Amino acid sequence: MAESTLQSPVPVAAKKKASDSAILRVTKYMAVRLLTMAFTVVVGLYLTILIANMGGYVDEIRRGQIREDIQQGVMNDQALRNLTGDQKVKLIEERVANEEERLGLNRPFAIRSVAFLKDAITLNLGFAEFMNADNGSRSVRVIVLERLPSTLVLFGTTNILLFFVTLFWALSLSRHYGSWLDRFIVATSPMSAAPGWFYGIFLIVFFAAYLKVLPFGGMVDVPPPDNKIEYALSLMKHMILPTLAITLNQLTFAIYNNRTFFLIYSSEDYVEMAKAKGLTARDVERKYILRPTLPTNITNFAFLLIGVWGGAPIFEGVFNWPGLGRTTLIAAGLFDTPVIVGTTVIFAYLLAMTVFLLDFVYALVDPRVKIGNESSS
Amino acid sequence: MKTIRNFFSELSHYPSAFAGLVMIIILFVFSIYTIFALPYDQAISLWRGDENVWYNTPKNAQPTWMNWFLKDDLPETFSFNSANGEGTKTEEFSNDTNKIFISFPFEYNSKDFPQEVSIFFTSKFEQKEPFVSVKVITPDGREIKVGSFTVGKTHSYRFSQDQKLQRRLQGNSPEQGIFMDLTSETEQLTALPGKYEVQIEAVGFEEGSTVDAELIVYGKVYGWAGTDHRRRDIGIALMWGAPIALTFGLLTALGTTITTMIIAAFGTWYGGWIDEVIQRITEINLVLPFLSILIMIGTFYSKSLWVMLVCVIALSIFGGAIKGFRAVFMQIKEAPYVEAARAYGASNMRIIMQYLVPRIVPLLIPQLVILIPSNVFLEASLTLVGLGDPILPTWGKLIYDGVRNGALVQGQYYWVLEPAFILLITGLSFAMVGFSMDRIFNPRLRGV
Repeated sequence: MAESTLQSPVPVAAKKKASDSAILRVTKYMAVRLLTMAFTVVVGLYLTILIANMGGYVDEIRRGQIREDIQQGVMNDQALRNLTGDQKVKLIEERVANEEERLGLNRPFAIRSVAFLKDAITLNLGFAEFMNADNGSRSVRVIVLERLPSTLVLFGTTNILLFFVTLFWALSLSRHYGSWLDRFIVATSPMSAAPGWFYGIFLIVFFAAYLKVLPFGGMVDVPPPDNKIEYALSLMKHMILPTLAITLNQLTFAIYNNRTFFLIYSSEDYVEMAKAKGLTARDVERKYILRPTLPTNITNFAFLLIGVWGGAPIFEGVFNWPGLGRTTLIAAGLFDTPVIVGTTVIFAYLLAMTVFLLDFVYALVDPRVKIGNESSS
Repeated sequence: MKTIRNFFSELSHYPSAFAGLVMIIILFVFSIYTIFALPYDQAISLWRGDENVWYNTPKNAQPTWMNWFLKDDLPETFSFNSANGEGTKTEEFSNDTNKIFISFPFEYNSKDFPQEVSIFFTSKFEQKEPFVSVKVITPDGREIKVGSFTVGKTHSYRFSQDQKLQRRLQGNSPEQGIFMDLTSETEQLTALPGKYEVQIEAVGFEEGSTVDAELIVYGKVYGWAGTDHRRRDIGIALMWGAPIALTFGLLTALGTTITTMIIAAFGTWYGGWIDEVIQRITEINLVLPFLSILIMIGTFYSKSLWVMLVCVIALSIFGGAIKGFRAVFMQIKEAPYVEAARAYGASNMRIIMQYLVPRIVPLLIPQLVILIPSNVFLEASLTLVGLGDPILPTWGKLIYDGVRNGALVQGQYYWVLEPAFILLITGLSFAMVGFSMDRIFNPRLRGV
């Protein structure tokens, strides 16, 4: 909390009509951001590869992939059908050795790592050692991308819901400063110290094990209902506990945080001025309090979301949610190196996209970007 | 001194912070007590001990205090060892045989059946193993022949694993068959409270050949914390979890916050490309998936808690906090007294360490206190992901073991809820103190 309250955005309440130059500025800002973001992702992925390959693990992935390809090739080649098993094995070994030399697996790591980086950027992630996708594919890209929607559904809906609920609840609280509800929120804000999975365990104990009204985990009933409406209902039923867990973890803290900002800004001179002019409470709130604090709120939300992404493996593990995070967990349990590296890469991409998207929203709401304040960053 | 006194007088306005502070002190005292009462080596060897260490505790037993909430008390574990002079033991030697008679009379006062009954024999002989026969006399006068067998130097006899005994008791499990109340009218089987006696007759075939027996009637409650699937006392992990969690939380929070603050100070003071590089690193760090990288490190290299500690610090240094510190340093940098210091020719190092850093301490301390609980939970999270330290008994390990072994499905809630509750208390107390400190120290939040 301290970190966020330390930031002091310049309150610019100036209203300026959106003009062509504003659109141009936003586009320019976004282009610069996109470039820096791309650079950031590349460096981030490179670091990930360095960490993963400290024990030569990425090399093993690549070698496994080469062997797999060549084996498939030799086995399916009609011209080689008449060779004996020994001859085939010898041929495979020769071709593997050639291929490894061609791809430069015997070159120094500094050069090879660039090749790895290219693979990671293009999501060319190799083959899993033990895990399968639902359609039987062993390609890490398929396994990982197949799990992505489940994760997005859960965390996306929950967080967007939370963002708006906390924003407007905080706004109404700042008007009723000192009420019992306000004091309650302040008192319960330390609940954010415990992560979502932790509340998840309590919720599972109570609602699933003790009351037996909600499922222990999973995403839909087994077997999944064919009917689309039933499927949606089943999905919603399974989402109640995870959503509740994230809410318990974040709600009061986020409200407390936002409300504190609103309170600080509602004592600014220009707000007093607006009140003195006789503007309605609604106008004052929307245009003079919410507007200048919105960029900061969005930044806070970005950090929150990043925290939630980071905790996804364990959260999905506790709720048995078939998403990316649980895939990481299973892969770690099975020691399936390609999948572990693959999920890490995808998470890096997800984080970058989150940051970029929020940057975009930020650019839309932050007047400094539109007006073109030189000191803005 | 004055500021500290001011701080405490301010703190008294925040009852939650006061409660949190008291809890933190209790936790520290508890940790120190643990370190002295149950030294590290002893705790580790107990925690890693197998059935030989934990043979005399029941499996998955609830904590004893559960009996306060139950109408009918669950039975407790009790044991008698004839080698320690418990029960009565008589020996009679004639015709090259040594007849030994051991009797363990005991009062059984629960309506629930014991979990298990076992007898562990130890014997002394030269060549021929002694022969033993066991029977039980129940309060309603039944005399149940349990079994006869020869015993080696050591022999463990578990009633529940004796198929013949089970057949003789009409298919009831031995604990139920022996302790059953035959007159009970209710649907549910109940145990008959009263005076039982286990009689062991042994014959040694040499002079000086003797037998000792240890009878253990396993109950369904044990100790103040209960036991797990390996019969281990959960209390050990609950106790040792405290110092480990506090050390991990404190060290990571200290390491991260102080390094971050110093880096932010250098970045802001020197500005230019140094500041730029720091900002870029912060952005890259934002994109690195924290837990995934820790999982990678845990799977590929080491699961040791101390390796994790270093990695956690390394990954958190360039976290979001750096931006907050930077914003404040930016303001301080322009302060007149810094300009004065520059004018009298103070070195960069001196300005950073003597003029910039001290000013940020009031903002640093709440930050630090708030970070502690998240790191305490991080340790538990890592364990739950399967990256727990393989040796240390921690709170997270208990939750992991419990969830893994179906404690939630089978109703052994204590196993998961006890460590979870302690974690919650720890987390909340630090967070409450931290949040209040933030409101006291941070002038922008005063009165809000």
